[in-house]
Amino acid sequence: MQENDHILRVQDLKTDFKVGRRTVHAVNGVTFDVRRGKTLCIVGESGCGKSVTAHSIMQLLPPNGTIAGGTISYYTRDGACEILSNYKRSGPRMRAIRGKEISMIFQDPMSTLNPVYTVGSQIMEMLKKHEKVSKAEGKARIIRLLGELGIPNPEIRYDQYPHEFSGGMKQRIMIAIAMICNPTLLIADEPTTALDVTIQAQILDLIRKMQESYGTSVILITHNMGIVVEIADDVAVMYMGRIVEFGSVQQIFSHPVHPYTRALMRSVPVLGMNKDQELAVIEGTTPDASTVFTGCEFAERCECARPECFHRFPKDTEIEAGHRVRCLLYEEGGEENG
Amino acid sequence: MTIRKKTRNTSLAKRSWQKFIQNRMAILGLIGLVLIIAACLAAPLLTNYDPTLIDPSIRGLSPSREHLLGTDRLGRDIFARILYGGRWSIMIGVIAAMGANLLGAALGCIAGYYGGKVDSVLVSIQEMLSIFPGTLINMLCIGFMGKSVRNLLLIFTFTGWPGVMRIVRGRILSLKQEPYVESCRANGIGGMSIMFHHLLPNTLGPIIVNSTMNVAGYILSEAALSYLGLGVPDNVPTWGNIINAAKRLDIVQTLPMLWLAPAAAICLFVLSINFFGDGLRDALDPSSK
Amino acid sequence: MAEQREKLLSIRHLTMEYQPNRRLFEAKKPSVKAVSDVSLDIYAGETFGVVGESGCGKTTLGKCIVRLLKPTAGELFFNDGGEMKDLLRLDKKTSFALRQKIQIVFQDPYASLNPVHTIQEAFDEPMRVHGIGGGSREKRTEIIANALTRVNLQPDYMYRYPHEFSGGQRQRICVAKALVMEPRLIICDEPVSALDVSIQAQLLNLMRKLQRETGVTFFFIAHDLSVVQYMSDRIAVMYLGHVVELADAGDLYARPLHPYTQALLSAVPVPVLQAKKERIVLKGDVPSPMDPPTGCPFHPRCANCMEKCKTEKPELHEVEAGHFVACHLYQQHT
Repeated sequence: MQENDHILRVQDLKTDFKVGRRTVHAVNGVTFDVRRGKTLCIVGESGCGKSVTAHSIMQLLPPNGTIAGGTISYYTRDGACEILSNYKRSGPRMRAIRGKEISMIFQDPMSTLNPVYTVGSQIMEMLKKHEKVSKAEGKARIIRLLGELGIPNPEIRYDQYPHEFSGGMKQRIMIAIAMICNPTLLIADEPTTALDVTIQAQILDLIRKMQESYGTSVILITHNMGIVVEIADDVAVMYMGRIVEFGSVQQIFSHPVHPYTRALMRSVPVLGMNKDQELAVIEGTTPDASTVFTGCEFAERCECARPECFHRFPKDTEIEAGHRVRCLLYEEGGEENG
Repeated sequence: MTIRKKTRNTSLAKRSWQKFIQNRMAILGLIGLVLIIAACLAAPLLTNYDPTLIDPSIRGLSPSREHLLGTDRLGRDIFARILYGGRWSIMIGVIAAMGANLLGAALGCIAGYYGGKVDSVLVSIQEMLSIFPGTLINMLCIGFMGKSVRNLLLIFTFTGWPGVMRIVRGRILSLKQEPYVESCRANGIGGMSIMFHHLLPNTLGPIIVNSTMNVAGYILSEAALSYLGLGVPDNVPTWGNIINAAKRLDIVQTLPMLWLAPAAAICLFVLSINFFGDGLRDALDPSSK
Repeated sequence: MAEQREKLLSIRHLTMEYQPNRRLFEAKKPSVKAVSDVSLDIYAGETFGVVGESGCGKTTLGKCIVRLLKPTAGELFFNDGGEMKDLLRLDKKTSFALRQKIQIVFQDPYASLNPVHTIQEAFDEPMRVHGIGGGSREKRTEIIANALTRVNLQPDYMYRYPHEFSGGQRQRICVAKALVMEPRLIICDEPVSALDVSIQAQLLNLMRKLQRETGVTFFFIAHDLSVVQYMSDRIAVMYLGHVVELADAGDLYARPLHPYTQALLSAVPVPVLQAKKERIVLKGDVPSPMDPPTGCPFHPRCANCMEKCKTEKPELHEVEAGHFVACHLYQQHT
């Protein structure tokens, strides 16, 4: 594949957290690409490392978290390659990229806006940091963007404070802050989890619309398989810090192969589902993050687990073009655990 | 089916203890406290002198082998007075802190849980008590009631509750919204049980921390009042009363041990208890790991 | 069909208004009508689902039924051995006794158990005050052990503290805690929305199993339509404190009548390829309950809004057998 197709290439990313005296491998060797102008969804349950992956790309990890290995390469518009994982987390290169090239929206719009500044000035701050624009010019641009984001009366809303906005409107403001510098990659970390379904539909529509008109690539992190179908081009399913299955949305949904992906899909009630049908249950609970594994992380909850699953790590196996799975069932000759 | 009661103690207290022993300053404070209290309790073993015995033949001696810290103007051994005085000072501090915190916790519970008029009245009283300078109230009360250890304890208790009441009330106000409390109410469990069995144990952490800090505070208050001559009666040796003897300038200069030694005792004790209290606060805070 | 079944709870014109706290010298603030004039019948043994978005009053309604809140107006008739008794106008003794029959399971499994009490202590007190197990502590312990087994937990877990359990286990413990009271009705207030997807299924299956075994009635409150649809026999859709539609679960999904229900159903993302359907995206946000719109509560966001909707509030009425809707669009057909 050509380099130019990709905007972000993450290879064997490892992120560790220090918790007390222990080290927790929150992300444990994750590899994926984001295609230019496309949407990658990272799905998984809480604690699977999906948010940590996103924060690692942005280098926005808490002080006890470090990138322990792997490379994150970002390809700019003119094809230059920036190795983000080599930059200092608050160094000038990273700061120039954050917000300008890659920006992020968070789950909780209520707490990410500063209540003492008007929303206009908060968007303006972002714009001024990365671009030289006059005040009037900047304001006109912001108001135009607010209008595009479906905020009624943007001129009046510009001078209002966050508490005057509803939850859905605040999330639009967050998108405005993220989009004002026209980034090439937008990372959305559970952007609709705190919102109602009807508002969620509005926000997803909006993200799709912005992507169409600006050609932005999107990484969307979610736990909701329904959202994935709606918005994704590519899907990465994560479990315990690893990508267990990666593929296009058609591949993942028409023939999911990893037992975890399959179980995840069958364990949620689907609208219109027959009520006599029992939901598939994934037995047990997600292991503690500091558990040390000697084999496949999912083995103890897996219905297809074989004895060897417990003492051998599966390798990434490409079962068809672009469809990778990390499971011994699909692997010929995996390596012995040393 | 037999059900085995678990022997492994996994209670919150154990978790807190593990967090506590990792804090060096807190351990230092705890050791200081234990040493000082042990020395005071073991006073008869450490010294042969009677702290109240007046012996004019040995007035105003400098520190020597017989009198480790010298003697005061009336010929009493200062070392003995500090050890025996510590018993009184610490006892006053501990009892007053317990009294004030028990009263404050109960009132805070009631105010927070019932809300409405009860709450308004209690909060108003609490605010009025907090407006006046504490020392002034204590002095006035002693003036009316007379000098005695019992009166001092009563006064400390009845003027000291507002702080802890505020803490407990605040906690209860947020805790009573918790689903487990609502679940009790939905089952018709009475207010007394909810307050003292369900809510109060959840505020125990802040109360314990506040109590330890209060012990230090009351020892200082007692010392201040006694120094002013408004604390405990003169015949009771407390750390404050010992310093009281060093009011005159010539004594401050000629008998430095008379004020230096009790002041050092107070400082050490208060410092220890503050370190200990800080450690407790961190250990008992459920949000810190 | 519904006629033959035994009515368990009859909610009549229930209204709950919150009076905002007023401080001294403060101007009077408008009250908030969280639930306005709701009438519903819940039959014994069914699962009655309530859906709606945040602020629609579904949780308030649940709390009124367990009498954590005192409704401003209306009646709540509960079937106590064949006799319908108004829960809001009872003598103290009956009122207390009936509390045992209606239990509640809350959303947040981490806040639903007191951190300072062991599971056994938490279970024991309500059982003791309601005289379950005949006042014998041993008998109560046995009942607790049984209940824990039934929710697939080990009996000796009762001597542990809540912090030793995961979210899913805690929620199962909460279900067991409701079960030991031998209730007839369990209000489930968003019981799975705080849980991970793989854990949700465990709890939902468990609840269905327990219902089959004990015949307990569930009043299932949730914002997730897929979950409500899967769990419930009948569903009420709420919007701004009003019930706008009430129907059998299958019927509601197959033929939603109210424009709000239609929008709500179409907004739910379905994890199936080629399921992309025509989506009705609603304009704007839910209005503030402090300043509700006149007429139909939904009219400012409704695509089919007529003049009549702006002034006149539509009443809930039966359009087809068992299918109720509060909308002027369907008024003509009756």
